[in-house]
Amino acid sequence: MSEQSKQPILSVRDVKVHFQVKGDGKWPWSAKRTLKAVDGVSFDLYAGETLGVVGESGCGKSTLSRAILNLIPATAGEIVWMGKDLTRGTDKDWHAVRKDIQMIFQDPLASLNPRMTVAHIIGEPLRVHKPELSEAEVMKRVRAMMARVGLREQMINRYPHEFSGGQCQRIGIARALILEPKLIICDEPVSALDVSIQAQIINLLKELQREMGLALIFIAHDLAVVKHISDRILVMYLGREMELAQKHALYDAPAHPYTRALLSAIPIPDPKLEKGKVIQILQGDLPSPINPPSGCVFRTRCPQAEARCGTEKIQLRRISEQSQSSCLLA
Amino acid sequence: MMQSKQKAMTAALDNGLADAAVEGRSLWRDARLRFFRNKAAVLSLIVLAFITLACVFGPMLLPHTYEDTDWDAMGIAPTLANTHWFGTDALGRDLLVRCLIGGRISLMVGALATIASVALGIVWGATAGFMGGKVDALMMRVVDMMYAVPYLLIAILMVTLLGRDFYLVVLTITVFSWMDMARVVRGQTLAIKSKEYVEAAHAIGVSTPKIIFRHIVPNLLGIVVIYTTVTVPGVILTESVLSFLGLGVQEPMTSWGVLIQDGAGVMDASPWILLFPAGLLSVTLYCANYIGDGLRDALDPKDR
Repeated sequence: MSEQSKQPILSVRDVKVHFQVKGDGKWPWSAKRTLKAVDGVSFDLYAGETLGVVGESGCGKSTLSRAILNLIPATAGEIVWMGKDLTRGTDKDWHAVRKDIQMIFQDPLASLNPRMTVAHIIGEPLRVHKPELSEAEVMKRVRAMMARVGLREQMINRYPHEFSGGQCQRIGIARALILEPKLIICDEPVSALDVSIQAQIINLLKELQREMGLALIFIAHDLAVVKHISDRILVMYLGREMELAQKHALYDAPAHPYTRALLSAIPIPDPKLEKGKVIQILQGDLPSPINPPSGCVFRTRCPQAEARCGTEKIQLRRISEQSQSSCLLA
Repeated sequence: MMQSKQKAMTAALDNGLADAAVEGRSLWRDARLRFFRNKAAVLSLIVLAFITLACVFGPMLLPHTYEDTDWDAMGIAPTLANTHWFGTDALGRDLLVRCLIGGRISLMVGALATIASVALGIVWGATAGFMGGKVDALMMRVVDMMYAVPYLLIAILMVTLLGRDFYLVVLTITVFSWMDMARVVRGQTLAIKSKEYVEAAHAIGVSTPKIIFRHIVPNLLGIVVIYTTVTVPGVILTESVLSFLGLGVQEPMTSWGVLIQDGAGVMDASPWILLFPAGLLSVTLYCANYIGDGLRDALDPKDR
């Protein structure tokens, strides 16, 4: 990494997203309960870097990504973009930032308005952020961007339903890239696609990242995909951080029991090895984020849990040059 | 020579097509093209335009008026012998002119009350659905209250207090026919609001009014068009009910609803008095339905 990139472009500081949900349902006026979707997540992101975020369903990955874009306002914590604290920012500040942070969604077809042509979908960010551009200029840039993501120019008047899932995701990527942003948040961009198409889309993302110097936050539950694309990986469980480490450190020497359980579930593409492999199956169910366990939230399912895991304050702490873990035993 | 000319033309055409293919087109232009490809809808549009023009200009061109009695031809059947092509009613008034004059009222009420109630319903429903929460709850309770109000009672009160007036009739009908649309639109808006493409628009930084008008309303159009075609006959029939009770138009002025009610009373003796206005109303409603279908299909890109 160069000297310049030592300064993080995005700093997330102890961000919490809590939702007020219905009470116990006995009375309409029963006290509301708090669902802690994201509960104190911090990380830095540097220019040109890819941060993978993994965790099982309901661990707060998507909520975290939406909090970064203020699509769901954060309850507490700070989101600092290029040195500017956005959590205290106005709508105008956010509007300016949206030019630099774009998002790619999970369901490629559902994220495109069925009544807009490809030209309008891809051109919309330009029309919003650069109203001074002429129609011809917008169209020119749309065509150039289509070519860049591998869509033929002739498709410009088509509607989203006329495309395959992979092509729809290319449209989504083109829409995210047309403003030449600095950061793209990818919310499980390939989990709805066929495996062969997944590879194409991921390689396209990597290629565009290299060309444009993008930073990516890549959310997924497929560890193999995350390994392929990420520089660093954040493991989440029940709205908290379990481990944040350089890719190789995480895969070679996982420092948290939850990470180890996740990694043991990756299939090995060798039948002999796969046969002899021991998958460490987690006992019990995911606890409710309305009423999480005290201390370490993972202790109810952790094979190594001790008494102090339930009482001590749990924080992400540095355990080596390359990794941070929240496990007391690491 | 001929051949080369043809070749040049084909080439030019191909170029034209290629240009058209890479040039951006809007939903509305696409929709217009698709609408005019729908034969039933275009035919209906022509028929409806013809009926409208006949209602507007017909009475001026015909030799009779809607209120004068022809003493030589009382209650005669349709005939080509004199100029009473649709026959006359029991009072000797020319039925053709009365149908056209009645059409003016019915079409006006149909168009104005439908536009007003559909517009009110869309704005109310979309706002409630988009805002959600307390605003939504409050706005929908207003709709529930409107359902509970007995509309005839209010109509009678309004006419008694404010006097009989054509626009008052339109207003009364509008006030009591927008709630269905509001409910349907609110439901759809709630569904569309949580779609990923709306979230994507938020993420891009599209402003709220633009999200409503570019992303939500176009996706409501299908259901709105269907409900509008259901609203038109309801509105025209409501007008005839009001007229029947003496709240709408008053003799000798007439409307299709009034003519049908008069005709229904004498259908044994002189069926034409019922059949002509009923036929006109039916044709108009059919046309409205076909145009509605055509619009819905034209606005749905999946139908391309």
